[in-house]
Amino acid sequence: MTLVIKNGRVIDPANSLDEPKDLLIDKGRIKAIESPGSISFEAGKKPSVIDAKGCVVCPGLIDMHVHFREPGFEYKETITSGCQSAAAGGFTSVAVMPNTNPVNDTRAVTEHILSIARAEGIINVYPIAAITQKLEGERLSEMADLKDAGAIAFSDDGRPVINNELMRRAFEYSKMFKLPLIQHSEMLDLTEGGCMNEGIVSTELGLKGMPAEAEDIMVYRDIALLEKTGGQLHVAHISSKNSVDLVRQAKSRGLSVTCEVAPHHFTLTDEAVRGYDTNTKMSPPLRTIDDVEAIKEGLQDGTIDIIATDHAPHDIADKQVEYQNACFGIVGLETALPLSLKLVDEKILPMADVIKKLTSTPADIFNLEAGSLSLDNKADLLIFNPNLEYSIDISKFHSKSKNSPFDGWKVKGKVIHTLVKGKTAYSANEN
Amino acid sequence: MNSVVLSEQDISRAVTRITHEILEKNKGATSLVLVGIRTRGATLAKRIAKKINDIDGIEVDLGVLDITLYRDDLSAGKQNPVIEKTSIPFALEGKQVVLIDDVLFTGRSIRAAIDALIDFGRPASIQLGVLIDRGHRELPIRPDYVGKNIPTSKANRVQVLMREDDGKDEVCIIDALTKDNS
Amino acid sequence: MFNRKNILGTKCLAEEEITTILDMADSFKEISTRPIKKVPTLRGKTIINLFFEPSTRTRTSFEIAGKRLSADVINISGSSSSTVKGENIIDTALNLEAMHPDIMVVRHTLSGAPEMISHYVKCPIINAGDGYHEHPTQALLDLHTIREAKGSLKGLNIIIVGDIAHSRVVRSNIYAMKTMGMNVKVIGPPTMIPLGIEKMGVSVGYDLERAINDADVIMMLRLQTERQSRYLLSSIREYSNLYCLTSKFLEKAKENVLIFHPGPVNRGIEISLDVMESERSLILTQVTNGVAVRMALMYLLLGGKNDTSN
Repeated sequence: MTLVIKNGRVIDPANSLDEPKDLLIDKGRIKAIESPGSISFEAGKKPSVIDAKGCVVCPGLIDMHVHFREPGFEYKETITSGCQSAAAGGFTSVAVMPNTNPVNDTRAVTEHILSIARAEGIINVYPIAAITQKLEGERLSEMADLKDAGAIAFSDDGRPVINNELMRRAFEYSKMFKLPLIQHSEMLDLTEGGCMNEGIVSTELGLKGMPAEAEDIMVYRDIALLEKTGGQLHVAHISSKNSVDLVRQAKSRGLSVTCEVAPHHFTLTDEAVRGYDTNTKMSPPLRTIDDVEAIKEGLQDGTIDIIATDHAPHDIADKQVEYQNACFGIVGLETALPLSLKLVDEKILPMADVIKKLTSTPADIFNLEAGSLSLDNKADLLIFNPNLEYSIDISKFHSKSKNSPFDGWKVKGKVIHTLVKGKTAYSANEN
Repeated sequence: MNSVVLSEQDISRAVTRITHEILEKNKGATSLVLVGIRTRGATLAKRIAKKINDIDGIEVDLGVLDITLYRDDLSAGKQNPVIEKTSIPFALEGKQVVLIDDVLFTGRSIRAAIDALIDFGRPASIQLGVLIDRGHRELPIRPDYVGKNIPTSKANRVQVLMREDDGKDEVCIIDALTKDNS
Repeated sequence: MFNRKNILGTKCLAEEEITTILDMADSFKEISTRPIKKVPTLRGKTIINLFFEPSTRTRTSFEIAGKRLSADVINISGSSSSTVKGENIIDTALNLEAMHPDIMVVRHTLSGAPEMISHYVKCPIINAGDGYHEHPTQALLDLHTIREAKGSLKGLNIIIVGDIAHSRVVRSNIYAMKTMGMNVKVIGPPTMIPLGIEKMGVSVGYDLERAINDADVIMMLRLQTERQSRYLLSSIREYSNLYCLTSKFLEKAKENVLIFHPGPVNRGIEISLDVMESERSLILTQVTNGVAVRMALMYLLLGGKNDTSN
């Protein structure tokens, strides 16, 4: 089956390409990228055509931080519903965190996740396995076996590795597999009982604060250990000004450290918590305008390598409760593109750089076969209209959960088609 | 159109006459108590008390009642009125209470005032004195002392102005058509 | 004049609104002195006290206030309610609303719960204290008591002493007192002073002795020993040495200083017994005025059109 995508503005950061091009896709792979109108066919061999006029054509987005809740919490999200949500958001590859039940700390769970994902075949799913068994922070997981089963990184996301000695050994041990450790940086004794950023807003609202230092201290510790042991550190969802500085300094010393930011952390501040909407409760928490500005600087100077959503679906029973009792996190996949494109409107980043942080850079860091439009690559593509305005409507989410603080927001940048191996994974026309 | 029905002098004469009638009916002021209904009834009661003092040399107990809390038309979709202080700093037991109001109309205010008074104690009797009786009773209530009977249309409004509250003494009828401008 | 659906906090109350409430409370106070302490105003109205946190005096005060206005008052307490069985508070509130109450008075251990309920139910909500957030009726009764004693509020200096971080009474009082033109200073150990409190328009001090001399009002807070994070204090003894209001401290205070406490008092920890019983202590007057203020709020909430949300 042959497909031509014509008249689009093709942005492929991996190949420094940003110009009008037509794409030829055959047998699920990219076969030609030519000037508009110059792809020709033999008589009688008529391809299907997608007219991408007014749209951007780019590699399918990659989200290195999602929670798909399966196995164990299928009422919040399944691998299938998560993949549909991802496709609707323009993502063709996601990395799923291991805090399921059972935890993804053994070959069996990793293979289980991969087998479901392959059977559904909607988008590419990359498992992230646990650093420690059962996420208990006691013993290292069987990293060799997990890597062999398909794990692409290790993380105890949501339950940071508190023990310093254990973290040191995790860096050392993982070094031989050349896989990064992803840390949710939070000193839990500083945030115990906390549910939002500590500051004037938490003081006014009478909610226990989670100081930014809880994040900073662990980022610093991990960098210090990394410097000693070698290995690769990826800081998950960075949210504080000082943490951005710490990563910047570490990078300048040549350490193998990367980091990601979630769209809500450069879109909202802790002011959004006023009114006690539990959809503003995340970990790390929404922080102050100073932090948001530091994050934008970090995005600009490359300190922050990638954008990842921390897609954390929760059902209404876990959100329609007292703020303190609500679960942390929001649905991220279906709002990430328009929220990230705000960075273009605000002149923080050019369009190609935003796409880069959602495609080729995560692919490079995690060594994925994805994120670029080079010839013969799998045709994982996103076609979106960067100028189309629409209102975010949580009731239309493909995710099983609807927890988002962005309901009703007017945004720009709409996913039109998501293609995985040349096949439609999502099409706005059919939804 | 507003038409003045009582002038300052008329009011003064009416107050004097009511005072005499009260003293006559109650055989003096010894067990007498006056309770005025806020706001203009309270002012009238004060004037009558002063008259009694002028005539009999007795200072009668004088109370003030805010009947809002006893009204039967609260919460009918409109803003509740401000509650002023009620002050009945004496026992009502065995007293002849004369309730004073400016205008007697449907009788509902007086019903509320009687309910309120009874919550303060058990007087020997309750009598009613009003400056104006304009008719249209909706409850079986009749005044014992009346300054002037004024037949009105139900849609009209009777406005009583008292010097202490409004700067001048005057009673006028406000035509229904112009009431919104008043 | 007063057109609110809910009383969730004092933060949003304007000066005129607070004045209206206090004036009304003046009038309602008289009812409690009558031989028959009841008026028929709210006859046929139903008020539900929905208390997710145990409370004796606040609940009783609301109950008496409602009953003196002839409303039917129903108490539902956290321990006997279905929340312990895992029912969601919104479900609880919606179930109660289905029985057509006219006001729900909500107290909760967690901040924001009354506001959250107010987003789901149509009947007016009075916040009777939520977590460390607000306790508006307490602040209003405090202001009422101060105004009654001092004549006016503008320009008065108040110091609030104790665990500022974990006090909803403080937050409600700061908002209301700033709105009414008072100067507020909070005093306590730095571990109990929350981050950024200066931005609420108050000054901060750690030393009670140095702050006491120009205070018109001293408000002592209850030391919440039961929910104290163990790192905030060295010992109750040391706290008491530093912050217990004793007659020795009071020697430095103005002659006519007023002493407040939202109760219940830990005698000897926050206030010494002799100070508590001195003429300057208005702790029991606060309780008396609490009933009047709550009557005024119930009357105001049920008299207005419900078309303007909080």
